[in-house]
Amino acid sequence: MVPEYGLWLPPDISTHGYQVDRLINVLHWFMALLFVGWGIFFTYCLFKFRARTGHRANYELPNAKISKWAEVAVAGFEVVLLFGLALPVWSQVKSDFPTDEDNPLRIRVIGEQFAWNFHYAGPDGIHGRTSPELMKADNLIGLDMSDPDAADDLVTNNWMHIPKNKKIVCDVSTKDVIHSFWIPVLRVKQDAIPGMSIPVWFEATEHGDKFQVACAQLCGNNHYTMKGDLTIYESEETFNEWYESMAGDGEDEEEEEE
Amino acid sequence: MSTDHHHNPGFIAKYVFSVDHKVIGIQYAVTALLFLFFGFCLMMMMRFQLAYPGEEIPVIGGLLAGALDPDTGGFLHNLAASLVSSDGFLLPEGYNVLGAMHGTIMVFLGVVPLAVGGFGNYVMPLQIGAPDMAFPKLNMASYWVFLAGGIVMLVSFFLPQGAAQSGWTSYPPLSVISPGQTMWLIGMVLLITSSLLGSVNFIVTIIHLRAEGLSFFRLPFFVWAQFVTAFLLLLAFPPLEAAGVLQLMDRVAGTSFFMPTGLVVANEVLNVAGEGNPLLWQHLFWFLAHPEVYVLILPALGIVAEVIANNTRKPLWGYRSMVYSTIFLGFMSFIVWAHHMFMTGMGETMSIFFQTTTMIISVPSVIILTALVISLWGSSIRFTVPMLFALSFLPMFAIGGLTGLPLGLAAADIHLHDTYYVIGHFHYVVAPGTLMALFAGIYYWYPKATGRKMNTMLGHMHFWGSFIFLNAVFMPMFFQGMAGVSRRLYDQTLYYHGDAVQSLTRMSSWGAWCLGIAQIPFIINFFASLWMGKKANDNPWEATTLEWSTPTPPPHGNFTTVPVVVCGPYEYSPPDKPDGFTPQMTANA
Repeated sequence: MVPEYGLWLPPDISTHGYQVDRLINVLHWFMALLFVGWGIFFTYCLFKFRARTGHRANYELPNAKISKWAEVAVAGFEVVLLFGLALPVWSQVKSDFPTDEDNPLRIRVIGEQFAWNFHYAGPDGIHGRTSPELMKADNLIGLDMSDPDAADDLVTNNWMHIPKNKKIVCDVSTKDVIHSFWIPVLRVKQDAIPGMSIPVWFEATEHGDKFQVACAQLCGNNHYTMKGDLTIYESEETFNEWYESMAGDGEDEEEEEE
Repeated sequence: MSTDHHHNPGFIAKYVFSVDHKVIGIQYAVTALLFLFFGFCLMMMMRFQLAYPGEEIPVIGGLLAGALDPDTGGFLHNLAASLVSSDGFLLPEGYNVLGAMHGTIMVFLGVVPLAVGGFGNYVMPLQIGAPDMAFPKLNMASYWVFLAGGIVMLVSFFLPQGAAQSGWTSYPPLSVISPGQTMWLIGMVLLITSSLLGSVNFIVTIIHLRAEGLSFFRLPFFVWAQFVTAFLLLLAFPPLEAAGVLQLMDRVAGTSFFMPTGLVVANEVLNVAGEGNPLLWQHLFWFLAHPEVYVLILPALGIVAEVIANNTRKPLWGYRSMVYSTIFLGFMSFIVWAHHMFMTGMGETMSIFFQTTTMIISVPSVIILTALVISLWGSSIRFTVPMLFALSFLPMFAIGGLTGLPLGLAAADIHLHDTYYVIGHFHYVVAPGTLMALFAGIYYWYPKATGRKMNTMLGHMHFWGSFIFLNAVFMPMFFQGMAGVSRRLYDQTLYYHGDAVQSLTRMSSWGAWCLGIAQIPFIINFFASLWMGKKANDNPWEATTLEWSTPTPPPHGNFTTVPVVVCGPYEYSPPDKPDGFTPQMTANA
C-alpha cells in the first residue's frame, strides 16, 4: 500500500489510531463551530455598532445571560471531551498493554544521533545484554555477544520490520540525547529519554514498504535526517522469512538504507 | 512625595542612566522593538531554507560566505562559520542556531520587555496616579541588567562556538553537549534577574502608590493585568534561574544534574559523573515557561481592554469577572506545566491531573474574551488605528486559544505533539495575538509619550499588511502539523508526509517576507512622527484613565497636581454626559 498524504491527517494503519483521529476531528468541528458562531456575532457588532452620526453608545451594560450559558456549554463540552473521548484513548494506549496471551513482538528501539536502531530478540524471545562500553561503529547498540541470549538477535539500523495484525511492543530508549520515536501512519509517538526505557505498543492493519519512522524531538544538527524506513509484512510467516534470511547471513547484521 | 524630583539633572542622568519610569519604559520599549526586529530577521533567514532547501540564501548567504575568507576578522568569521557553508547555504547547525535564538530573543528580549518593561513601566505608574515607581533605582538596575543579558545573547553569535542551538527550551543532554549554550545560560540568568527586580517593583508600586480614591476595583484593567503578571514573574522565574545555574554547572563544573549514567555520544562513552535526570530540567523549565505564556498574554489583554473601552465609548462589560478571571488564570498557570510533557512517558494518573487543569484554565480565558466581545454590544465603535489592532487581536487570540484545546489532551498530542501544529498554536497566541495588541498599545500611547500622533494612513497600511500576512504565515502551519510534519526540521522534504505539504511551507515563507515589508510603514511612521506627526493635546483619544490627565509628554514626577480619583476607570458616555466621558481624576485644588 502506498499511503496518500494530503492536507489533513495522514492515513492511519493502526488498530488504535481511529480513536486519536476521531478525537482530533470532533475537536476541530467543535472549534470551527465556536469560532464561526463567535465570529458572526463579532462581525455583526462591528457593523451594527460602528460610530456614525445619530448613533450613540449606550452606557447601560447588556444583561447578557447568553454568555453565561455559552461558557457553561463550553465547559460542559470540555468535560465530555476529556472523560468521554480523550482519557479512554490515552488509557488504552498507556495501560492496556498486550499480555503474554497476545504474544506480542517485542522490539527494542534505540535512538542515537542521528539514526534509529531496532533490536530484535529472535526465536528465543529474549534480548541479549547490551552495555555502553561495547557501543562501537560495528556494534551500534553495544550487544554483548558473550551472552547466549544474544546469539539469535538481530539489529537493524534505520529500517524497521514488523508483521501486520500482530501486537508490537517497542521499548524506546536512547544512547545519547532525547529523541522522539514517531511513526505518523501508526499514530505512535514516544519520547526516548536518556537513562529510561519506555514501552509503547501498536498493531498495524496494512502492509507495505513505503512507510517512515521519524524523530519528533530536536536532537542535534542532523535531526532532520533521522528517519528510518518501515516495512510491514503481510503475515507473521513472511516476516519470519525475512528474519531468517537476515539472521542466516551473520549474527549481528547491519542493514543500510537503500 | 515628588519634591526631590525637581532638581535639574544633566543629559546623561536624564536620558541614559535615568531613574524616571517613563524614560526607562521608553528605553525598554525601543530596545525590545530592536530585538523583535532582529529576531524577525533570523526567522526570515530560516524561512528561506525551509521554502527552498539547499539553495543559496539570496544576498545574506553570499555576504556571510564572503566572511568565511580566512583574511576576514575573527568575529565576523565566527559568525559566518556557525551559520553558512562556503556556498552560502544555511548549515543545519546554522538553522538550529537561528531557531533557538529566534525563540529566545522573541520571548525574553522582545515581547516580555516590551509588554512589561516598556508598557508596564511607562503606563502603569501614570494610570495609578503615582509620581514614579516605588524603587526608581531598582527600576533602572532592572533595565541595565536586561540590556547586559541581551548583549550577552548577541555577542554569542560572534564567538568561536557560535550562539546556542538547542532550541529555546534547551533540553539536556543535547544542550549540555552542544556548543554555544554557556553564553545562552549566562544571558538567561541576567534576563531572569532583571525580571525579578522589575516584578518586585511593580507589586510594591501597585499596592502602595495608588492615588487617593483609587481602590483596587477602580484600577484600569491594564494595571490588574500587570499586577498578576508581576506575581507570575516573581514566582515562576526563580526555578528557571536555579535550573539555568544547574545546567551551567553541568557544562562548566562537571556536575551531572541533568546527565544520566552511560551516555554514548558518537560511539564514545561520555565522561560525566552521571545519575542525573534530564526530565528534571523539563519540569523546571516548563514550571517557568507555562506561566511565561501568561506573562506574554496578560499585558496584551490589558492593552486591548484599554483600547476597546476607549474606542467603544462605553464601560467594559464584565470588568469584575475579567479581574477575577485574570487572578484565577495566574493561579492556574502554575499547575498546568506538565501538559508540555505528555510524550515523555507520563502515566495515566499524572496525565489526568494535568489534562484536567488544562481544561479548567481555558474557562477564564473564554470569560475574558467573551467579556471583551460583549463590550462591543450597544457601543459606538471608532475604528482608529489602535482599535483596528485591538479588534484583530480578538479573533487571532481566539484561534490561538482554540487550537490549544487539542494540544491539552494527551491522546490528541500523540499525533500533534512536536509538530507544526504546536508552532501554529503558540504563534497565534503570541504573534498575531500579543504582537497585534502591543502595536495597538504603541499607536495608543505614542501621543502621550511624544506629544505627537502617528500617521493614520501609514497605520492603516501597517495594520492591513500585518493582519493579512500574519495569517498567511501561521495558518498553513496547522495543516502542516495535521500532516504530521515535525517541528525544527531543516528540510522536511525528506519525508513523504513533509514533501506532500512543502507548498504550504513556501506559502508561510512568502507570507513572512511580505510581513517584513508590511513593517516598513510602521518603522517610517514610528520615527517620522517624532518630528512630523500632528501635535497631540493632553487627551487626544478623549480617554478617562489617569495617564491622560497629565501634561503631554508627562514631566518628571508626572502630575502637576496631586490626583484624586472619583470614579471607575471606564466612565464613557455616562447618563449625565451622553456624548462625553468622566475622567477618573479631579484635580485636588
